[in-house]
Amino acid sequence: MTTAIWIVLALLLIGVYLSWTAGRLDRLHARIDAARAALDAQLLRRVSVAQELATAGVFDPAASMVIYQAAHAARLAPEDQREVAESELSQALRVVFAESAQVVAVREAPGGQASADELEAAVRRVPMARRFHNDAVRAARAVRRHRTVRWFRLAGHAPFPLAFEMDDEPPPALVEHTARPDRPGH
Amino acid sequence: MRIGIVCPYSWDVPGGVQFHVRDLAEHLIRRGHHVSVLAPADEDTPLPPYVVAAGRAVSVPYNGSVARVNLGVRSVARVRRWVHEGDFDVLHIHEPSVPSLGLLTCWAARGPIVATFHTSNPRSRVMIAAYPMLQPALEKISARVAVSEYARRTLVEHLGGDAVVIPNGVDVGFFADAEPKAEWQGGTIGFIGRIDEPRKGLPVLMRALPRILRERPGARLLVAGRGDEKEAVAGLPDDLRGRVEFLGMVSDEDKARLLRSVDLYVAPNTGGESFGIILVEAMSAGAPVLASDLDAFAQVLDGGAAGQLFPNEDADALAAAAVHLLGAPARRAELRERGSEHVRRFDWSTVGADVLAVYETVTAGAEAVAPDDRAGFLGRLGRTRD
Repeated sequence: MTTAIWIVLALLLIGVYLSWTAGRLDRLHARIDAARAALDAQLLRRVSVAQELATAGVFDPAASMVIYQAAHAARLAPEDQREVAESELSQALRVVFAESAQVVAVREAPGGQASADELEAAVRRVPMARRFHNDAVRAARAVRRHRTVRWFRLAGHAPFPLAFEMDDEPPPALVEHTARPDRPGH
Repeated sequence: MRIGIVCPYSWDVPGGVQFHVRDLAEHLIRRGHHVSVLAPADEDTPLPPYVVAAGRAVSVPYNGSVARVNLGVRSVARVRRWVHEGDFDVLHIHEPSVPSLGLLTCWAARGPIVATFHTSNPRSRVMIAAYPMLQPALEKISARVAVSEYARRTLVEHLGGDAVVIPNGVDVGFFADAEPKAEWQGGTIGFIGRIDEPRKGLPVLMRALPRILRERPGARLLVAGRGDEKEAVAGLPDDLRGRVEFLGMVSDEDKARLLRSVDLYVAPNTGGESFGIILVEAMSAGAPVLASDLDAFAQVLDGGAAGQLFPNEDADALAAAAVHLLGAPARRAELRERGSEHVRRFDWSTVGADVLAVYETVTAGAEAVAPDDRAGFLGRLGRTRD
């Protein structure tokens, strides 16, 4: 009789543990989804401001073409080529905004101030959002590697989470310039 | 935006994390956000209107010192009520790996949670043992912030994952506009910090002092901070003791005036620093800085460009550098200028914008903060049954 009680108790405890782990995993997947949505939003924001600037006539024609091409490619890239395309947009932005003179020129163009501010906000937030996303991916992977999770298939059909790897280094002249709002002059 | 900030340490005890939380909350309120701070404090402590007392902190020995923290059933209930009533868009927890309110909040809430890691403790046995229990709470954090690249490295090493670096903020204008005090000017060296805390480095400075004072006959040392003054000067020759002046604990205003007045600020700290806010304050006030080459200090001083570094715990090197700087007004002016230029990135206007960018990134499209009903064992059991 006592043995039966112990077995029931043990099964109950295992059940509670499995349910708890499944809940934890579910929360981690939700966190990845939210982080991925935030990353997508920032990448899209960056692409659209870049494209807007490229067609606004604030750059010289060569710079306009480079930025437009890179932004266009990043916007249309299929999922498996997105990391490369977004990295190329980062590189293009770094080349065009290599000098602070270019930043000043954009800011002085009509309506350029708002666009430059938005681009700056986007290039600052892409690395943030990407770190948060990859941090969530790492946490979920750590749990999914547990034996319990694999044996009892607690992850269900959720795909194994993948980190988003890209070059997200912002153009130094762009973030440097606005980091000093009270600088006299511009 | 409705922001809930959790401070792990007692509000009535001065400390770096508490000051940071206070300044951050006030900055965000000035920018028009709704901010509520949950902090350990007695019911009868006078508190700013935005602080909610979470009850009296208890003193527990933790990690080699005594920490005043909140824990236990009543604290958990307090946290849950605060989370429920606050209706926050985002929670910002400070020091989530300290066994206090931050960790409890992580455990008892769900939704967008941002966490700032201030200290970079070496990995302790407690952390290793408690890790399986901590992990489920810590993995609810949607965004981690480290106060320096050094703090980020240790965080990544200990807990894995990644973090963004946002430095501590300073109100640069407050220090830059302070009025210098004539009696603190003229060949003065400044030191601010606990006298009896060896890690703050006063003993190193005291070893270097005889040579500095002999080679620069006009020089004086001004020390602000609490501790035993007699013991501090015990190692000095009698004739030099008069050239060390103790100011005791100073107010924020006097601290700014002191930093504005001195010809050289010395930070001989020997370890345990993850940021170095005092260096930023000194640079804001335009004081040339001479600091030990701790990782965190080197980073705040832009690798030595915005202030001079000396090898940690090397009193001879400190003496040589101080003697040189006191006799080189041109070099001091150069450090002053580079310091004031460099320090702008630590101003609240920049740091606050970065913190808000983190809030916006984690709240975009996410649900608001709510109590986590599954946090209690009974809640989980109930869920299994349905």
